[in-house]
Amino acid sequence: MADVTVDESSFARAAGRQLLIYGLLTLIGFTAIMFGLNVMASFVGSDTGSSKAIDASTKSITLALRDEPPQLDSTKATDAISGQILGHVMEGLLRQDAQNKIQAGVAETWEITPEGATFHLRPDALWSDGKPVTAHDFVFSWRTVVDPKTASEYAFIMYFVKNAEAINLGTLPITELGVTGLDDRTLRVEFERPLSFFEKVVAFKTFLPIREDFYKQTKGRYGADTHEMLYNGPFRVTSWVHGASLKVVKSEHYWRRDEIKLNSINWAYMTSDPNATFNFFKDGKIAVAGLSADSLANAMEQRWQIKQFQEGVVFFLEFNQRPDRLTRNLNLRKALQLVNDPSEVVNKVTKLPGYLVSDSLFPVYLDGVKDKFKVEKPPKQIVRDVAAARRHLELAKQELGLKEIPPLALLSDDTPTANVMAEYYQGLFRDTLGLELRIDKQIFKQRLAKMTSGEFDLVTAGWGPDYEDLLTFGDLFASWNLNNRGRYASAEYDRQVRIVQSSMDQVERVEAFAKMQDLIIDDAVILFNYERGASYVTHPQIKGIVRRVIGSDPDFSYAWIDEGQG
Amino acid sequence: MLRYTFYRLIQGFITVWFIATATFTAMHMIPGDPLTSEKAMTAEIRANLEAKYGLDKPVGEQYLIYLKNIASGDFGISFTQKNREVNDIIREHFPVSATLGLLAILFAATGGVLFGALTALFRNRAPDYAIMFFVILGISVPGFVVAALGQLSLVNINAFLGFTVLPVGGWGTVAHMILPAMVLGLGTMAYLTRLMRSSMLEIVNSDFIRTARAKGLPATRVFSKHQLRNASLPVVTVLGPAIAGITTGGFVVEYVFAIPGLGRYFVQAVQQTDYTVIMGTTVFYGAFLVFMVIAVDLVYGFIDPRVRLK
Repeated sequence: MADVTVDESSFARAAGRQLLIYGLLTLIGFTAIMFGLNVMASFVGSDTGSSKAIDASTKSITLALRDEPPQLDSTKATDAISGQILGHVMEGLLRQDAQNKIQAGVAETWEITPEGATFHLRPDALWSDGKPVTAHDFVFSWRTVVDPKTASEYAFIMYFVKNAEAINLGTLPITELGVTGLDDRTLRVEFERPLSFFEKVVAFKTFLPIREDFYKQTKGRYGADTHEMLYNGPFRVTSWVHGASLKVVKSEHYWRRDEIKLNSINWAYMTSDPNATFNFFKDGKIAVAGLSADSLANAMEQRWQIKQFQEGVVFFLEFNQRPDRLTRNLNLRKALQLVNDPSEVVNKVTKLPGYLVSDSLFPVYLDGVKDKFKVEKPPKQIVRDVAAARRHLELAKQELGLKEIPPLALLSDDTPTANVMAEYYQGLFRDTLGLELRIDKQIFKQRLAKMTSGEFDLVTAGWGPDYEDLLTFGDLFASWNLNNRGRYASAEYDRQVRIVQSSMDQVERVEAFAKMQDLIIDDAVILFNYERGASYVTHPQIKGIVRRVIGSDPDFSYAWIDEGQG
Repeated sequence: MLRYTFYRLIQGFITVWFIATATFTAMHMIPGDPLTSEKAMTAEIRANLEAKYGLDKPVGEQYLIYLKNIASGDFGISFTQKNREVNDIIREHFPVSATLGLLAILFAATGGVLFGALTALFRNRAPDYAIMFFVILGISVPGFVVAALGQLSLVNINAFLGFTVLPVGGWGTVAHMILPAMVLGLGTMAYLTRLMRSSMLEIVNSDFIRTARAKGLPATRVFSKHQLRNASLPVVTVLGPAIAGITTGGFVVEYVFAIPGLGRYFVQAVQQTDYTVIMGTTVFYGAFLVFMVIAVDLVYGFIDPRVRLK
């Protein structure tokens, strides 16, 4: 710029001044815009700014939700978050108390026989509009669940009710369902087959009542918004801003209202980001926060009390045993089983807080006869033995008539944990057995689709319980179970499943479950990984949070604020 | 001008149709469908479901039905949020994303122009180096890192001061918007600063500036009327796509700051293979992007009269 003769520095100064003026103008403009937006925002958003984690004077708490509940229509809800909210705003015939024991809910008393059950509804069970909850409300919702037109994913859980399966498959009309209201306050349920754990199942969200006249009036939008739903639980929803917040307040119509200590629960944030949730907690905005591996270390530095909870979900690698797969060969599966060490997976690979080393198909929390099942029937332990594994591999090669085992396909989720696991197994099988793994990474639904069509040799899979009985895990590998995606088929295993399905004798059932537990190991059906757990921190003043594997979790309806603390 | 606008709109419609078709095809090619769930179902139940959602019809027929519905503005009902219409989802959540996005772009554009002009004025001197250092950071550090760091710093600031300066997350007041908008706009601002800087430097050497200064115009007038105005043209050009990009790409920021924007539904729909929401959000976003590009082209004509002549 040598040809420009004007004094450069004075030009820059003048221009700089001009720029400063523009800068200031911008700032003023921004303030004006902010002000305008503030007015606008009051129409769309939710008021989350002012709330504190705990307010003892109003007995209210603020929390974060991992995700938006897809809907609060109990006939369609499948996910844990809908289940949690429904547990706070609805009540079934029976309910789980703070010790996870079954207690009277809408039903005051009930009798169960092998043929069926009769429930006597309490007169003071009311809907949030003040009308009584009647037997017909249960008949209507149960019929809706099994109605093929509803397409409820949880319809199968009602199959023990007479004719439920046939109705769900479309061969009988819904009026044939074995549930009738003898009068407004007496509900009669007929069984297709007896169920030893019937009381626990009836407390499940799919069995909640819905009032027909209200349901019809919402024109297919039942449970989609605050005012498109009726509540009969301890709380009722007062505001639900989709994706932002959901607030419930204590219901004045609930029959146990004197026992409910919190006046309101505000789930003021919805995000699945564990670090964000942790930051909200640190900032004093929410009363409970789950911990990730990173925030766990931070929470320990802060010397916060850390709590742990076993979620009852087991994870494993499942073999594909379809006829065209090499993994149908028992010796090949045995070889892989003998090099698998779940404790290494948990402690050195995933390193996630609260995860347990898995050694059985059955998680630790399940009950046996008197004690926990796994205490009564500890599973066989598999010790890593590379030499033995190599012998099995040689046998497998002979039986299959192969010089080398070609690379096996490991179908895996596209999540950080699944990624490190897949890579770990790739390295492990290569180093110990010289076997190659080809990792097929897929997002959740695509993995499920490929699992169902059988496009894998091994797949990272998991299973969580649907009801509180060993059977929810046990029947997973029955040859007829459609969720048995590896198509393991054993006549002996099937025989044991039939015993536990039909027997009402818990001693006999537990024996059969123990045999199933052994068969899973002897036949090398799956490679054990871990049992998922959760670590979390809570505000020191909040007490009585109930965690449970099945049902509303975490449940705040029994919680209270202890002002003496913290 | 009218003819030009009309022509561009027709072009836009074809683009949106193409987006819809491509999305529809890609969606049906990946394994699995919205009915795939963790719980396996019997063939009978699956058939019932397929009939209910119209998935039992041949793909070609489904495509025609989709096109017809989209043309009438009906995106159908979500598969995951079973009782909610896609139209409701867009109507409720897009304004949030749009507010955040517009604030971010405002922040990015003004910041970009101001800082870009500043660096050009003080080329190779301290302000230039300082600003360019942050520009490089802004361009190279990914949004989720900036978002997480921003949030963490805010937590520490609030803890240090003992009161809430700005909320750490959530949505509802302007205070909730400031930090997310800054984080969201940062990358674009860095990019625009660089663009502005180079375009300023190019213009300083052009003939009309030399003439303006030679004829003795005051420095402030040369700077604001000749340099700044001409140099900001390229910024306006990229603004259209940037607005659409920021408004639609706020997913990470929405996730970290727990903001109820449309981005979350968009990303989740893909993970859940939720056909109707994927189609609804993609077509909506696509149309929005196309519309923004057209709008900028038309605005361009006002800033630079030469464009109108073509």
